[in-house]
Amino acid sequence: MIRLSGIVRTFLVGGEAVHALRQVNLEIASGEYVSIMGPSGSGKSTLLNIIGLLDRPDAGTYELEEKNVTALSDDELARVRRENIGFVFQFFHLVPRLTAEQNIELPMVLAGIDPAERRRRLTRLLGEYGLEGRAGHRPDQLSGGQCQRVAIARAMSMGPTVILADEPTGNLDRHTGQEVLGVLERVHENGGTLVVVTHDPVIGARSSRRLRMLDGAVVADEKD
Amino acid sequence: MRVADLLAFAWQVLRGSISRTLLILLAMGIGVAAVVMVTALGEGARVYVANQFGSLGTNLIIVLPGRSETAGAMPGVLIGKTPRELTLEDALALRRSHAVRRIAPLVIGAGDVHALGRSRETSVLGSTAELMEVRHMEMAQGAFLPPGDPRHSQPVCVIGTKLASELFGAGRALGEWLRVGDRRFRVIGILAAQGQSLGSNTDEIVIVPLAAAQALFNTESLFRILVEAKTREQIPAAQADIEEILRLRHEGERDVTVITQDAVLATFDRILNALTLTVASIAAISLAVAGILIMNVMLIAVTQRRREIGLLKALGASGRQVRVLFFTEAMLLALGGAAVGLAAGELGRNLAVQMYPAIPFQAPWWALVAAPATAIVTAVLFTVMPARRAAMLDPVQALSRR
Repeated sequence: MIRLSGIVRTFLVGGEAVHALRQVNLEIASGEYVSIMGPSGSGKSTLLNIIGLLDRPDAGTYELEEKNVTALSDDELARVRRENIGFVFQFFHLVPRLTAEQNIELPMVLAGIDPAERRRRLTRLLGEYGLEGRAGHRPDQLSGGQCQRVAIARAMSMGPTVILADEPTGNLDRHTGQEVLGVLERVHENGGTLVVVTHDPVIGARSSRRLRMLDGAVVADEKD
Repeated sequence: MRVADLLAFAWQVLRGSISRTLLILLAMGIGVAAVVMVTALGEGARVYVANQFGSLGTNLIIVLPGRSETAGAMPGVLIGKTPRELTLEDALALRRSHAVRRIAPLVIGAGDVHALGRSRETSVLGSTAELMEVRHMEMAQGAFLPPGDPRHSQPVCVIGTKLASELFGAGRALGEWLRVGDRRFRVIGILAAQGQSLGSNTDEIVIVPLAAAQALFNTESLFRILVEAKTREQIPAAQADIEEILRLRHEGERDVTVITQDAVLATFDRILNALTLTVASIAAISLAVAGILIMNVMLIAVTQRRREIGLLKALGASGRQVRVLFFTEAMLLALGGAAVGLAAGELGRNLAVQMYPAIPFQAPWWALVAAPATAIVTAVLFTVMPARRAAMLDPVQALSRR
């Protein structure tokens, strides 16, 4: 359950205030599949970052699983992020010197999970995302689709309740994009909340709830 | 985060940019090696000097005539006054002190030594039987001067090993006669080779009984009196006794100089320690330079790895964890650099030992601890700023750039 009320986020760009988010109110129930669409600069990435606790709002409150997370310290935010939220980025953001397996393992390493348990989860994730043959490859030896699958497996490694994807197909060809989206949607089918930011109306149409943003405000909210 | 994972992660970072890692190891290593080498040289010189003094004898006190002090006397008294000489009676009187174990009066001069038609000029030493113990001399063949009343002498002598081979060649020297000036002596002993000991080479001397030397050089005065105190603790008591006895014998004048081996040694010690510390501090500056290098490299790393740091934060790393990651990396570099430096220092020390085997080069333990410790402390200290910068990095901005 995500509940945003009166969220405001303003950036200063060249001495001028840019209102990235103006008074956003939004509720996303657990297990929903939401897409956020809108032109560049409409605030969709900022909204996603705030939901993902990477960014803090200037005003308003954010409740995640009935808990007010607006007032948490940085370290507490890091913990909530680690345990509840999985990120998937447009440019994959894999660590280039680490193998696919080590990249997937990274959140579990940061969380201090014991190596035997990590190994168990890794085996399951590699199988689930069709990466068994690629475990020892570094990102530069993987295709774009494989990289994004590694990134999704990494996001899932801590068993988060919310998956946030920022243009997850933006750097992939149409076919691979569809395939990656299919992988992401499996997360939703397993009961997780999935929020996807995208430019692509075809991708947006696949979700069960479609938000449209313009100039830092949610202007349309359609549900099937 | 588990310690093993932390180390593994830092290790991967270091291995990922191998040339950067090697350069830092080199810089750190040079710093540590410099400190180790310099202190090893200093300590080697110190021990060398101490050994040289030690080979003179133990608990040694040296009495010489005259006093190189002008304080306390009226100018009129000093003018035209010659210092009173030290005599054999003075030397024998020193035995009255309870703190004195042995005394060896010394007369030294140069003389022509003749034997079997060969001759050479060399140092002639007049002393008593006790000189052997006082000066830690060892015999190769025969015996040292016989004990007895130093006022009378037998026509015997002890010679150095080099002199023996020069005068008598491969032939037998023991029991042969040699002539010094106009007196004849029978060789009763040959000294074991000792080599140079603080300027006097015992391999090339002739030692004759004191009375014979006094007659030979036509003098009553002594060159030195060597005194051995009973124990190390009794050296000051012996020194005080000697000064008092000689003052009374010299009509209340304090006209002798009494120096102890320890006092001379302590002076050398102070000088050499000061030198070692100074040069070691200069070497330590290179460690600080290496620290600044680490800071630079870390700052560059923070910039280069913005995306990675942002990612780590997005994946749930706290600011503290990011800081710890950077510190671990710096720590590994410092430890590696210290190890490289210690190894290089040891190598350099071995080379120095090969080149100058006489000097016992050995870095003191405090340098072996302080050099790596300084390396680690500088590394950690100079990583504070880059690590803070990394920890404060805004993940949104860090990730938004390609």
